[in-house]
Amino acid sequence: MIKNKARKDAILKEETPAKGTPGKGTLGEALREQGVSRRSFMKYFASTASMMALPPAMIPVIAKAMEQARRPSVIWLSFQECTGCTESLTRASTSTLENLIFDAISLDYHHTLQAASGHQAEAAREAAMEENYGEYLLVVDGSIPMGNPGYSTIAGISNVDMLKQAAEGAAAIIAVGTCSTYGGIPHADPNPTGAVSVGEIIKDKPIINVPGCPPIPVVITGVLAHFLTFGELPELDHLGRPKAFYGKSIHDRCYRRPFYDKGLFAETFDDEGAKKGWCLFKLGCKGPTTYNACATTKWNDGTSFPIEAGHPCLGCSEPDFWDGGGFYRALSLPTENIAQTAVYTAAGAAAAGLAVGALNRAKKKASNKAHIKITIKDLEQ
Amino acid sequence: MTEIELLSWARGPGLQIATIIFVAGVVIRIFEILMLGRKANLAEAKGSEMSSGLKTIVSRTVPDRDTFQRSGLTIVAGYFFHIGLFVIVFLYAPHILFIKDIIGFGWPALPTPVVDAVAVVTIISMLVVLANRLSNKVMRYLTNFEDLLTWFLTMAPLVTGYMAFHRMGFTAPTLLAIHILSVELLLVIFPFTKLMHSFTLFFARWYNGAISGYRGVAS
Repeated sequence: MIKNKARKDAILKEETPAKGTPGKGTLGEALREQGVSRRSFMKYFASTASMMALPPAMIPVIAKAMEQARRPSVIWLSFQECTGCTESLTRASTSTLENLIFDAISLDYHHTLQAASGHQAEAAREAAMEENYGEYLLVVDGSIPMGNPGYSTIAGISNVDMLKQAAEGAAAIIAVGTCSTYGGIPHADPNPTGAVSVGEIIKDKPIINVPGCPPIPVVITGVLAHFLTFGELPELDHLGRPKAFYGKSIHDRCYRRPFYDKGLFAETFDDEGAKKGWCLFKLGCKGPTTYNACATTKWNDGTSFPIEAGHPCLGCSEPDFWDGGGFYRALSLPTENIAQTAVYTAAGAAAAGLAVGALNRAKKKASNKAHIKITIKDLEQ
Repeated sequence: MTEIELLSWARGPGLQIATIIFVAGVVIRIFEILMLGRKANLAEAKGSEMSSGLKTIVSRTVPDRDTFQRSGLTIVAGYFFHIGLFVIVFLYAPHILFIKDIIGFGWPALPTPVVDAVAVVTIISMLVVLANRLSNKVMRYLTNFEDLLTWFLTMAPLVTGYMAFHRMGFTAPTLLAIHILSVELLLVIFPFTKLMHSFTLFFARWYNGAISGYRGVAS
């Protein structure tokens, strides 16, 4: 997982990491200013490390690196989106550490959260990009319309232009939410704006996809913690998602899995099975094909996740989840009306079968008729 | 094409195309066979065609002793994989759900781990019949391309289904899509190969029994 060996050795030897030195403007300082004790700081990184499948020995290492990290400059671009991703992160709960860490980064540009507006806001973005050229993190939520650049603009700049411009000087890009990772809802059939993901436009920068509609807040902070600790992105899967969080399917980690194995399913939302908390596969749960950490990290301060609340997983962290053939249709069901197809085909085929059979009979009859009987007498003649 | 798009295609248009070919092929072939008719038998009937025919449909399920002694392995392994296929196709919860969606009714499923174990036995049995086919000189001589093709296309849904259930090698949407596509491929070749025996077996046994019944001899 850790490719940057020199940096890792430096961290393990407790030398001062190359990036970030203790003092003014560090993350540790910002957190302490906000009344976060060292104990809760360590506790947070213990859970982050365990979620990211890092060995326990790494906990103090991560905490130290995070404490000493200089607040990284983050530029957040919002394109075709609903602000749900920002809501998820900022309103996760009143004062979680995720929030404080999120506050503690130097968020230099974010439509919804920044005080500045108009030209001043754009000036702040440009200044941050210039000052931290090659080092800032670019966070993107929302898809990019390619059908017509005028579909979505910010300060008169089209989304695609702004993304290209901002990506140029970014150290890495974090695509947040299913819209920026895979096109999301704007990309849903028939995709009227020609919406595409960040990865379809930017090819020369490391991109980390954090899909979900919205994504889990701790996944974002976990990725940030990893980046600040090791100076590189965590290990990603084939869809560019951090394996630590998206390595297992919802189904594999679902607490209702034993019911699936026993063949006990809720048939409707209010039957005995539903009341007893049986598996929601028959109600259309996409848990078996969805990779995310909902079943383990859960939502609302670890309270629950959709399946725990009695609703099947929609598969929101997978590409094209909106066009997956209906949220309430079980995964093993066809998406088209196969019964109708089969009946029509059978009717047509029966007619064709009769015709072919009749032809065969006619052929047989004709050959019987054409058959000339020859007797030995005939041959002797 | 993303893996979810592939899965959607397999669950939608792909399945539709496969269903059309499968249903049309099977129905036309059955009509053809039934309409061939039989030559009028001018001999006096010495027994019932129908009862002997119906009895033979069932009785031929049990192999006679001589046949069993000659090719016991083929019969035992054959039984294992046929019963296994039945259990997997008709008693696994997601499959029952699929059937219920098409025909309108379903039935209780077996626990998933039981079907999982049956799948392993079935796959092993399939390998045994293939090994037997290839190692026995006579069987190898009689084997043609179609035999190997049907073996492969019957084996494919078993293996891909097992892989999809255990998430082996690829991600779940890809595995599920491959599994459904492998079943569709099986449906497409079904009417044109010896796989048709799933339907014709009953006619063939009935005819055998009926011929004997007409002559008044045991079938």
